[in-house]
Amino acid sequence: MTLLLALILVPALTALAIVFAGNSKQVKILSAAGMSIQLLQSVYLLYAFLAERSSGNTEPVLFYNRFAWYSSLHISFDIGVDGISVAMIVLTAIVIFTGIFASWEVEEQYKEFFISLIVLATGVFGFFISLDLFVMFLFFELAVIPMYLLIGIWGSGKKEYSAMKLTLMLMAGSALLVVGILGIYFHSNVNGHHSFNILELSGQQFGIDMQRIFFPLTFIGFGVIGALFPFHTWSPDGHSSAPTAVSMLHAGVLMKLGGYGCLKVAIWLMPQAAHELAWIFLILTSISVIYGALGVISQTDLKYINAYSSVSHCGLVLFALLMLNKTATNGAVIQMISHGLMTALFFALIGMLYSRTHTRTVHEMGGLMKVLPFLSVCYVIAGLASLGLPGLSGFVAEMTIFVGAFQHTDWFHRFITIIAISSIVVTAVYILRVVGTLLMGPVKNETYLKFHQATWYEKLATVTLIAGIIIIGIAPLWLSDMIMESLGAILD
Amino acid sequence: MSSTLTILILLLPFAAFVFNGLLSAKLPHRVAGWIAVGAIGISTILAWKTAAAYFSQSTPYTKQLVFSATWLRFTDTLQVDMGILLDPISVMMLVVITTVSLMVFAYSTSYMLGEKGYVRYFAFLSLFSFSMLGLVAAGNLFQLYMFWELVGVSSYLLIGYYYDKPEAVAAAKKAFIVTRFADFGFLVGILVLSYYTGTFDFITLTNPENPAITSMTGISFMGISVLTWALVLIFMGGAGKSAMFPLHIWLPDAMEGPTPVSALIHAATMVVAGVFLVARMFPVFVFHAPAALAVVAFIGAFTLLFAAVIACTQTDIKRILAFSTMSQIGYMMLALGVSGYASDSLGFTASMFHLFTHAFFKALLFLGAGSVIHALNTNDIRGMGGLRKHQPITHVLFLIACLAIAGIPPFAGFLSKDEILAATLATNTFYFGIATLAAALTAFYMFRLYFTVFWNSERNYEHSPHESPAGMLVPMGILGVGSIAAGLIPFGRFVTSDGQPLKTHLHMPVAIISVTVALVGIGVAWFFYKKQSDVPQKITASIGGLYQTVYRKFYIDELYLFITKRIIFNLIAKPLAWFDRQVIDGFMNFTASATNRISAELKEFQSGQLQKYAYIFLAGVLILVVALLYTGLN
Repeated sequence: MTLLLALILVPALTALAIVFAGNSKQVKILSAAGMSIQLLQSVYLLYAFLAERSSGNTEPVLFYNRFAWYSSLHISFDIGVDGISVAMIVLTAIVIFTGIFASWEVEEQYKEFFISLIVLATGVFGFFISLDLFVMFLFFELAVIPMYLLIGIWGSGKKEYSAMKLTLMLMAGSALLVVGILGIYFHSNVNGHHSFNILELSGQQFGIDMQRIFFPLTFIGFGVIGALFPFHTWSPDGHSSAPTAVSMLHAGVLMKLGGYGCLKVAIWLMPQAAHELAWIFLILTSISVIYGALGVISQTDLKYINAYSSVSHCGLVLFALLMLNKTATNGAVIQMISHGLMTALFFALIGMLYSRTHTRTVHEMGGLMKVLPFLSVCYVIAGLASLGLPGLSGFVAEMTIFVGAFQHTDWFHRFITIIAISSIVVTAVYILRVVGTLLMGPVKNETYLKFHQATWYEKLATVTLIAGIIIIGIAPLWLSDMIMESLGAILD
Repeated sequence: MSSTLTILILLLPFAAFVFNGLLSAKLPHRVAGWIAVGAIGISTILAWKTAAAYFSQSTPYTKQLVFSATWLRFTDTLQVDMGILLDPISVMMLVVITTVSLMVFAYSTSYMLGEKGYVRYFAFLSLFSFSMLGLVAAGNLFQLYMFWELVGVSSYLLIGYYYDKPEAVAAAKKAFIVTRFADFGFLVGILVLSYYTGTFDFITLTNPENPAITSMTGISFMGISVLTWALVLIFMGGAGKSAMFPLHIWLPDAMEGPTPVSALIHAATMVVAGVFLVARMFPVFVFHAPAALAVVAFIGAFTLLFAAVIACTQTDIKRILAFSTMSQIGYMMLALGVSGYASDSLGFTASMFHLFTHAFFKALLFLGAGSVIHALNTNDIRGMGGLRKHQPITHVLFLIACLAIAGIPPFAGFLSKDEILAATLATNTFYFGIATLAAALTAFYMFRLYFTVFWNSERNYEHSPHESPAGMLVPMGILGVGSIAAGLIPFGRFVTSDGQPLKTHLHMPVAIISVTVALVGIGVAWFFYKKQSDVPQKITASIGGLYQTVYRKFYIDELYLFITKRIIFNLIAKPLAWFDRQVIDGFMNFTASATNRISAELKEFQSGQLQKYAYIFLAGVLILVVALLYTGLN
């Protein structure tokens, strides 16, 4: 129980401590120390969770705790984790940890930058541990708001436009969510009163008419941040304007709040409507998958490339969730983690390359393999993970999704599944195109020869992410089993 | 038979990959080379030991899973294991892969000397050997698919070894994407098959009496049973990897890689993975989906002739060999396609036999070509000639390989090709005709190459070509011995479709035909190319258009380029990006700006000016009066 509280207290206290720090060095060391502790305790949480499970504890959520907060409305601070949340927490801890090191060169208003970044992470951690829809929504907003400042102040390019667009679109999603959550609340009846508690709500049998209204609201509300077509257009602009660490966190973790919310709120609480309406969203998400991938082909800016490829990969997450079976959903969660790691790696590397070449246009660069071998090899690994090479995490996720999606035998599911599978070809095209132009070929510019090699903090960030990608890629069984155990409660 | 030793066959090259890969910046070249050669050397010994132990068991040779561990669970019943499956074909492949790898690794230590990426080269080469061994030892279809992708990426990395050369980068990309496209079919095939059978496991799948498989023949999609669909899709993956028409376009370009890489990956081992795949699934094909097997035969026969015709016109030594490889793999596919099961399975054994002998002589041809390129620094045979005086040992070894591939007794290719021809004659005379014609063409184009390079007149070499060092010649010599001796193995005794020994014998009439056509082919080549002459030019000029079509490889590359560049890029990707920015995002921006404009208009109501309020008040009253009158009148 204290373990889960510590997950929000450590980042919150770190942000507080930064306020009193003197110079940029101290700020960075404080951030790094705080997030290292956070990473360690997340890994410990994973260990403790697995230990509980192996000792025979089959409760749907572990480390459950309840603090009454606003008892007249039955809002309470309910926390607890299942296998999915644990996995997402570890992912978040890795991404924020590496994000700090990827921001090591930030000097402009450094204090505010790191505070915003860590507050954002706090929101994400809070989101993943909460079991009360109200509190969950609160943390959701806590994660979204700093984003506006981080992009608007520390961004690049048309940053004000991007920040405003991103915030407005996500706010529109939140508006739907508020309605959805309140709808669920007012239709619930737990021992004579309304409830926000997911565990209590999951025992409720909501009428199909109610579900038909509130399932789409919550699914689209969370779907906007999960880049559901056609509400994905905040993503390319937002990512391209955001500073490195913000892109990492946003694509790596924040977009996952969408998939997580769709699963734990929309699908879990309103299963009948999910079954009935899944086909509409399946069409939208399969468009996301192939449309995002085809959209990448003609992009020239590295961040746009990665943003569109995220639309494709996150589209696959929602696509898999809508298959509404355990295997595909398991794949969706693995895909969230896998995509989180590799997209964070991509954005980190793009930032590192940009700080040297001062451009993100692919064809303005070339031959980087010769001058920056370490970063280039990392880029190739990220690319291979993205195109689903066995031995790296993307493969495990995609295969689980495809096998799960293939459990449906009707022609509609078959057809869209094959459309989604065809994205593996398109992904290979755009990844290899970028790798070929950016890293290979002759060195484009004489000045490249003077580039400094990867620094220790750059190496630390990239190697940590790559380690995660390889561990899941080579030994996925523990992760997949851990997620699978939690799905019984949600999908049966 | 100890399973740990068998696992080591795979793990040693993997360890060499990790070691060389992690330390690539710091390791001295010589050390990296020896680590790689040492690892694959021990693997080779273990592979031979495994083969000896396996084949000394009493027949029939069964499928034995010597190692298995759960890797991933998809559903309660469907799971993926990592395992090592020994049966006649996997054991045979383990031997071929390790042996040829060892020769190529050893050759490379000399050939690649002084290259900047030496350590990286050996890391990737080890990765390839590991992946290829994992592919053939796979105990289930899913594991095979994983290693299939890994050999694909090793091939990509090695074709693109000279990554500052744009042609190499383009070739690597093309190879990966074309095979990826084929693997898309493969993957869908696997999903279909595993959905209906509930397993990936080869032992279960290839059991002819498996009820799950039999039931699949009863379910049809568009008039064809889902099993046939699944197998054709799986074969699509095999056709991509084995460069069968129309998925062959990547292989000629893949010759941009270092020559030893071409020898190992693009001649002896990886490109026959498709043949191995069909052989692996053979009982399913032959018992339950004869239509899919007919597709295999047809594609094989077509590619066999198609590639042989193109090979006659090419001028790049490695590309000639690449087309020759495609053609020879066509033989293997054709033989599988016409084969039956058990006592009727001459085609199966012949196909595996040809795969085995081909690995030796084709690897030797490539290493010989490497030796020539090493001396002359060109790939163009028009810049070669008279090399037999300068490179006597390479010359003899190259000649052995040429005789072997042309099918001259007693060299290895003769016996395996004879069996393939006999198998086709027994089932389909048309295919037999194609196979015989291709045999004549094979002899012609190989000896065209041979006479042009080693005979003919000398060119004006900048410096006199030298014989290659012993480090390259010794591995070539060993492969030369293999090119003779491999044919003497009583293959039907060991490798058959059902594990029971198959009696094979020389088919005299077929042998006479095949040797005759081969000699004719050699004779024509001798006539045209032994000496410098302008007869070939005159002939090609007289059939100009046709020759150009063949020389440009029937314009298949241009067709692909048209589809990918013009259609997919210009007609789909670009408009789609425009649509996203202008229409979808445009709508979002429109919503925002419309809100903005409306609010700008609406705020006039709150301007604070008294006159305006009065106007608005009056206007409101007016509207109300009109409305009331209107409703009141009704």
